[in-house]
Amino acid sequence: MQRRAILGYGAAGVGAVALMLFVGWWRVDGPGAPAPVGQRPVTLTEMDFRLTDHEGNAVGPETLIGRPTMAFFGFTYCPDVCPTTLSDISGWLDDLGDEADEMNVVFITVDPERDTVETMAEYVGYFHPAIRGWTGPEEQIARVADGFRATYERVPAESGDYTMNHTASVFLFAASGRFVTMIDYHEPKEFAVPKIRRALEEEMEGAT
Amino acid sequence: MKKYILTGTLAALLTLGGLSVPALAGPEDVVVENAWSRASIGMNRPGAAYMTIRNTGDEPVTLIGLTTPLAMMPEIHETKTNAEGVSSMSPAGEIAIAPGESIALEPGGLHAMLMRLQEPMTEGDTFPLTLLFDDGGEVTVEVPILGIAARGPED
Repeated sequence: MQRRAILGYGAAGVGAVALMLFVGWWRVDGPGAPAPVGQRPVTLTEMDFRLTDHEGNAVGPETLIGRPTMAFFGFTYCPDVCPTTLSDISGWLDDLGDEADEMNVVFITVDPERDTVETMAEYVGYFHPAIRGWTGPEEQIARVADGFRATYERVPAESGDYTMNHTASVFLFAASGRFVTMIDYHEPKEFAVPKIRRALEEEMEGAT
Repeated sequence: MKKYILTGTLAALLTLGGLSVPALAGPEDVVVENAWSRASIGMNRPGAAYMTIRNTGDEPVTLIGLTTPLAMMPEIHETKTNAEGVSSMSPAGEIAIAPGESIALEPGGLHAMLMRLQEPMTEGDTFPLTLLFDDGGEVTVEVPILGIAARGPED
């Protein structure tokens, strides 16, 4: 009799703990988690913009669908962050080798005033050959940034020129156009390369 | 006569010894290591140089500025990336280095921003960069210019 009571309390305790864990999961990781409103880029298929690549081809979000995509924002007058990101990406691509052959890699300027098609062509020529440079009218760049939930801002520099503050993360999309994840600025290779593989693998699952 | 020759040799040796450690000129306790920079495309864009500045002495030192014949406006800048992943860059002001400490000028953090280049930065060349300290001391380093896509001093 007494033993059964203890067992009963025990079961109730386990149940309470399980319920607590479940509620915690629901709120933090589960369906009840607060949606990071406005933080995740929309699907590429929902974006709408017209740009020109560094070879003069008309491009848009549809150019990227069908292959996994790695995209980021920058400008060629950027002395520190952008060459570092481009070098990082070149290194990741070297590491992935053949695996990344089918990937779109796009550098989108936030400074179309100085970054013409010719400027982009010269600049991307110094980095991994897979990297494409996209530019276009300011209002189209604004639409891209809006779709990616990225921001940029023109800031006057003391030298009389201006510089650009901008989102420095690298965005990864699956071949379907679905946003997979992003790589933070200057994230170590050990984290960045597996994230790229995730975007690549998602494509293969979708294809089979 | 013999004594003079010896003295001359000694002086020559000392001079040679002095030349081989250029970073020890000025504030003798400041050592600059692993200096490097990236080649530029033309002269319109600002360049950036990186290095480690070590204070091996017993007194704090404060870096207050830079000069170089390569650029009219060399300045220490700092890149910051906020929680939303947005990067921005601003002058870092004066930088104090405590005794025994070092500061790293590296991609994505502090860097010597070389504004108004006087000539293009060509891969394979070097340029002199002088660090100015608040006690009037100066340290000049020869900074190697690596490729545009260089990731660090070893590239």
